[in-house]
Amino acid sequence: MLLPSVDRRHGIPGSMLLKSVASLRPGLSKAAPVRPAEMRQRHPFQCVVPIIAAGMLGLSATSPAQVATSGPAAAGQGSVPGLSAFFDPASSGPTTPDSDGFLRRWLLLEPINKPNRSNAGFTATYVRQTLTTPYFPGQFTAVPRDGQVVSAAEPLRWHALDSRSFDVKLFNFAQALNKPTYGVIFWAVTVIDSPREMRNVRLAVGSNSASIWWLNGRETAGLFNDRRMVMDDVLSDRVTLRKGRNVLRGAVINGPGLSDFCVRFLDEDGRPITDVKTDVR
Amino acid sequence: MKRLAATALGILLLGGASPAAAQLEGETFIHDPSTVVLSDGKYFTFGTRGGGLISEDGWTWRGGGERPGGGVAPDVIKIGERYYVAYAVGGGGMSGGHASQVKIMWTLSLDPKSPRFKFHDVGVVAFSDGVETADAIDPAFLYVEGRLWLTYGTYFGPIRIVELDPKTGLRVAGNRPVDVAIDMEASAMVYRDGYYYLLGTHGTCCDGPNSTYHIRVGRSRSPLGPYVDHMGTPLLRGGGKMVVSARGRNFGPGHFGLIQLDGGVEKFSMHYEADLDRSGRSVLAIQPLLWKDGWPVAGENVAPGTYEIASERSGYALSLATDIVRVPFDPRRSFMAKPTDPVTPIPNQTLAEDSAGWPQGRIRVDLADYMNRPHQLWTIAPVAGAGGYFGAPFYKIVIAGTGRALAATADGEVDTVPGFTGAPEQLWQVDQLTDGTYRIAPKAGKRGVALVAIGASTPSLVPFDPASPAGRWTFKTP
Repeated sequence: MLLPSVDRRHGIPGSMLLKSVASLRPGLSKAAPVRPAEMRQRHPFQCVVPIIAAGMLGLSATSPAQVATSGPAAAGQGSVPGLSAFFDPASSGPTTPDSDGFLRRWLLLEPINKPNRSNAGFTATYVRQTLTTPYFPGQFTAVPRDGQVVSAAEPLRWHALDSRSFDVKLFNFAQALNKPTYGVIFWAVTVIDSPREMRNVRLAVGSNSASIWWLNGRETAGLFNDRRMVMDDVLSDRVTLRKGRNVLRGAVINGPGLSDFCVRFLDEDGRPITDVKTDVR
Repeated sequence: MKRLAATALGILLLGGASPAAAQLEGETFIHDPSTVVLSDGKYFTFGTRGGGLISEDGWTWRGGGERPGGGVAPDVIKIGERYYVAYAVGGGGMSGGHASQVKIMWTLSLDPKSPRFKFHDVGVVAFSDGVETADAIDPAFLYVEGRLWLTYGTYFGPIRIVELDPKTGLRVAGNRPVDVAIDMEASAMVYRDGYYYLLGTHGTCCDGPNSTYHIRVGRSRSPLGPYVDHMGTPLLRGGGKMVVSARGRNFGPGHFGLIQLDGGVEKFSMHYEADLDRSGRSVLAIQPLLWKDGWPVAGENVAPGTYEIASERSGYALSLATDIVRVPFDPRRSFMAKPTDPVTPIPNQTLAEDSAGWPQGRIRVDLADYMNRPHQLWTIAPVAGAGGYFGAPFYKIVIAGTGRALAATADGEVDTVPGFTGAPEQLWQVDQLTDGTYRIAPKAGKRGVALVAIGASTPSLVPFDPASPAGRWTFKTP
């Protein structure tokens, strides 16, 4: 008889399954927080030395990691990629969304520890309760400065960054900073400068895992349960972008596995809004 | 009506007491099944950890498959004489790590009893180093026009594709892996009509009836992408069109594997994370595969019930070739009636009214105008213990409210017998075709023969031609 009482991949007894789903596939089904032993302190925009020699495949100089078209593998096989693999420091002037409308400039706060062995418990009630809990001063009101340190359970620094991808790769942000990657809450803030009042627009969000987003202080979108990041996964009700300054704030909670988000605004015809400016001040 | 109700109740009771009709029989317990492959006259699929399932008919499965190497989520493909097996060791988050290797080996037989059963190690063709956000597990083959492709990966990073040498199983020299999707694992590929289809599992695995595993798909003109779904959303941005999700008492379908059968019938294998009729355990499942507007989507076995069986050739209904019994009606009354005259319902013709003149013995069938008459209403139901074929049980097809059963004759025609006995000539293999219609084939008789409208009004049992509407049937509610 095959796999009578064990499940995926390594024979966790069924009776242990609920507790150990996480340990089955931490990157996937979300496991207990684990930090690669190879990680070490370094400058966030640097990579550590490759730890695995090329040539495992016997394919001369070719290796999957070196030749992958995107992602950290492109930054160097066996190395923990630095921030530069995924982000650039926010430039001095304002920027615009990318051609698809995705907002790429963000202030990201180093992750808040919030252990969750599984994402299965991310009900709307739990997520709303957890993400509206105060963790640091100005959490729901301030637009922080790049480099500002806030007093949470431990000091946490804000980083003003431009994502190199349409999605903001929170896992890699935390990994590059040698911060916890699993069992965490990420806070993100950006400022949208609209050239005119835009009515009946929608905030379109994808996040891994659950998240809540506030536009100008009002909860605008919520993504709950064990989610992976899909563009335009959840759209808000119709909202108005004010002429001038609008503050968009989000919080993403994740147990085990990768974490990222993508955000854009869509007009009432469903087209991405690109004629706004974004900044972090 | 009493007999119909009793039949329906019997089906319900049966469904509660044993596996449902749409499921397979035997020892179906497996996780991450490989593509079903024929070897030595038997069908094989292999799962995580090393074992495998074997079946003679695609319906009843038993353990006994052997796959060395351990690891997880293998896939199998036959190229020439060789069965290539890909599997992954490490990674997938197991023990907290993502360092993994996809390995290849080959054998000339998958049957442990065969003298040709001997695995030869090819080696590692892909890996993840444990630091990068990537997992080299869940490999899946696609062989198209002489080129061998392999996809792999999980939610922890991208799905990647590499090219292998079909002569050796090794990576093609200089080949570069390409990222083709995110938010996906347990990928699989299909080639059809100039499109490469990348299927993969979304959702959460390994949590029994709470697993949200489901299978989605995108397509591309190139194996290297870009893959997009039916909305144009790139799979590299989380897109994917739904192929199959939880249904009934089965949860968490994952690990798609294409099964191409005779007559153009396509089905697919998968596991359900939890079958509530089997203690919530992970089981092998096989379901019809439809193609709608160029996209694959799960079909369904015909549900037990009473239907008109309509020919796609003529639109006529399969009927007992008996004398028409008119419904009493004076058309002059209808034409002369005033709009304000009261109306009253007219009852359907009863079985007793229709069957009064039926012969007692065998009755031939024909195709005729559908009039919702008892001699045109067929009750179809799976026959417990009669076996089946690739995900579908054998059915009996009887005139509703009677035991009169559709049967194959000894000389290759089709008629009905007055009472269903369970004999092979009264058992029918009903496979959903890729357009959603059904093929109806007798269990007994020549292989490849099916119920076909050889004339607009004449059914017979002749070789099935997948290109012709004549052998396609639709089950319509009365």
